[in-house]
Amino acid sequence: MVTKFKTTIAALAASTILATSAFAGELVINTDTSDPAPKAAFEQLIADFEAANPDITVKWNLFDHEGYKTSIRNFLTADAPDLANWYAGNRMLPYVNAGLFEDVSDVWEDNGLNDSLASAAGSMTIDGKKWGVPYTYYQWGVYYRKDIFEANNIEVPTNWDEFKAAGATLTAAGVTPITIGTKYLWTAGGVFDYLNLRTNGYDFHMALTKGEVEWTDPRVVETMNNWKQLIDAGFFLENHTSYSWQEALAPMVAGDAAMYVMGNFAVAPLREAGLTDDQLGFFQFPVINPDVPLAEEAPTDTLHIPANATNKEDAKKFLAFLASAEAQTKINEVLGQLPINKDSTVGDDKFLQAGYTMLSTTDGGIAQFFDRDAPAEMAKIGMEGFQEFMVKPDRLDAILARLEKTRLRVYK
Amino acid sequence: MSASRASRFNQRSLAPVLFLAPAILFFMFYVIFPIFQSMQISLYDWDGLGDKTFVGMDNYVELMDDEAFYTSLKNNVIWLVLYMLAIPAGLFIALFLNQTVFGMRLYKSLFFFPFVISQVVVGLVFTWFYDPSFGLLNVILGWFGLGPVTILGDETWVTYGIIFAGLWPQTAYCMILYITGLNAVDPEQIEAGRLDNAKGWNMLWYIILPQLKPATFIAIVVTVIGALRSFDLVSIMTAGGPWGSSRVLAYYMYEKAFSEYGFRMGYGAAIAVVLFLIMMIYITVFLVKMYRDEKGH
Repeated sequence: MVTKFKTTIAALAASTILATSAFAGELVINTDTSDPAPKAAFEQLIADFEAANPDITVKWNLFDHEGYKTSIRNFLTADAPDLANWYAGNRMLPYVNAGLFEDVSDVWEDNGLNDSLASAAGSMTIDGKKWGVPYTYYQWGVYYRKDIFEANNIEVPTNWDEFKAAGATLTAAGVTPITIGTKYLWTAGGVFDYLNLRTNGYDFHMALTKGEVEWTDPRVVETMNNWKQLIDAGFFLENHTSYSWQEALAPMVAGDAAMYVMGNFAVAPLREAGLTDDQLGFFQFPVINPDVPLAEEAPTDTLHIPANATNKEDAKKFLAFLASAEAQTKINEVLGQLPINKDSTVGDDKFLQAGYTMLSTTDGGIAQFFDRDAPAEMAKIGMEGFQEFMVKPDRLDAILARLEKTRLRVYK
Repeated sequence: MSASRASRFNQRSLAPVLFLAPAILFFMFYVIFPIFQSMQISLYDWDGLGDKTFVGMDNYVELMDDEAFYTSLKNNVIWLVLYMLAIPAGLFIALFLNQTVFGMRLYKSLFFFPFVISQVVVGLVFTWFYDPSFGLLNVILGWFGLGPVTILGDETWVTYGIIFAGLWPQTAYCMILYITGLNAVDPEQIEAGRLDNAKGWNMLWYIILPQLKPATFIAIVVTVIGALRSFDLVSIMTAGGPWGSSRVLAYYMYEKAFSEYGFRMGYGAAIAVVLFLIMMIYITVFLVKMYRDEKGH
């Protein structure tokens, strides 16, 4: 049984009714997978699960993204479903700390997930216990216009000097090197993550997002100075503070901008906008400091059992099903993303293959994303600072001092 | 005491109480009680999920040292001052529309239109209008060889840009108040004024405006409250950005308490209490002044 709702309010009201009328053998799942591909993927997954478990009926409540972020706090405490999707890393920490997520270490233990999902085990562990099952992730990197690079005789840059040279050539040709829309801030967080991972490496980046390093540390300043080189060279789209990430796709489609530091989800809208695979390419963010092992960014999406769920037994079955290589292969085929299970097959899309090769050979570590690695409050003020820096780079000292003040308060 | 007198007594004293009871009850429960609850929560550190920790005045102390709070406060003052433009603007449109010309009802409807549509739509329309690459504003500026300007992406302009968008529906609201007020203007007084040679400004200032005092009063009240609780336009047009420079107190409270990166209920409540006090001071001053004016008559 699939129940779909357009609005949060309807879904909330309905989930109240559904949850109270839930009976044994009925599994209630809440997700915010409302975009076309994730929605289809979940439809498929639930149908397959029901086929494998004829005695279980699934009730699926679909939320929109923004509504979900606020609703999850309500339904976890008041009308808990049996399963809910969320994110790995620091993002699940508040719910784990508040005792709202169920410890699912036994699911991992019983199904050999510690081996098959090993790559994501770290981001699912808090206090030595596992709090959910990851089902998909996707790479970040630089998406670029191959045809524009070719027209200007630019090779794919692999190091910092080549990267800057490529930008200079593009600027001279009247093309903005990198498009970006920072209206909703997180896009600037992605650029910062890569610059910091390449300048100081994974361990430093993690220490910084965990609040163990001062924001005024010279190493952070070095990262920001690298960023400033790009800003001063006119790398980034003008007026980016007015655009969302989707709006910033337009200059790239039109050929006014050549690169986008983004997650793999940008590929679908770029293709829909008419770019072919001959025009569109992907490369790993170039090396800045050759002594630092290459770390990548690959946010993981997860499914959890709320502590107040009524049908935990079937929920655990569902998690085990979701963790299986076949289910992950199938769901990610539809999602256009990468499976976590090491025995799964990756879709034959060229960007997925590129991402898979990159992530499975990277030796520097895999970060989640700035706003998933850092606590929410730090993330917000940090990303606001990045946005301000991109427009007013000369305010660097004031911005870093502000972030440091926030760090001292947030992590105490 | 006879039976009829007793029932009359009941009617006089009991009936009003009974009629008022539901309203008072709801008002207490949904307005007064939450105010005190907010004040209480503002003394705690609480993420809305776990246990509350009593922190005393810590949230307020932090507020005093919070740049974002001062930005919001400053923007609130700018809102308060500039939003007042809606009142004279509404008055002059009302005077203009207070004529008997063919099709006047259509013009009135067109002027009233922005007040009827949702603030969300107003926000979106103005966001497009200001868009640096295809917005009408920059197209127009382009004709004069100016621009492009990024109104909503520039910290110096963003608040004014949002207020300008907000003035559109607010002016329509004030206009309606004045149109209604103008219907009640005594024609004999105008006639008398005419006989005494009053025209134009003098007529408006000495004869029309005093009679529009009730409308002006309501217009000021709704405009001030509208300015102080400005939230939807900020949320729709900029989400407080760029880098928080268009925040107002109501939006900052929402951000801290309920948004994706917030969930500091205590801190949000402290901001709400400050906003409440500002409104309270304003309303008290206003009421006292009104009371004195009324007593003077």
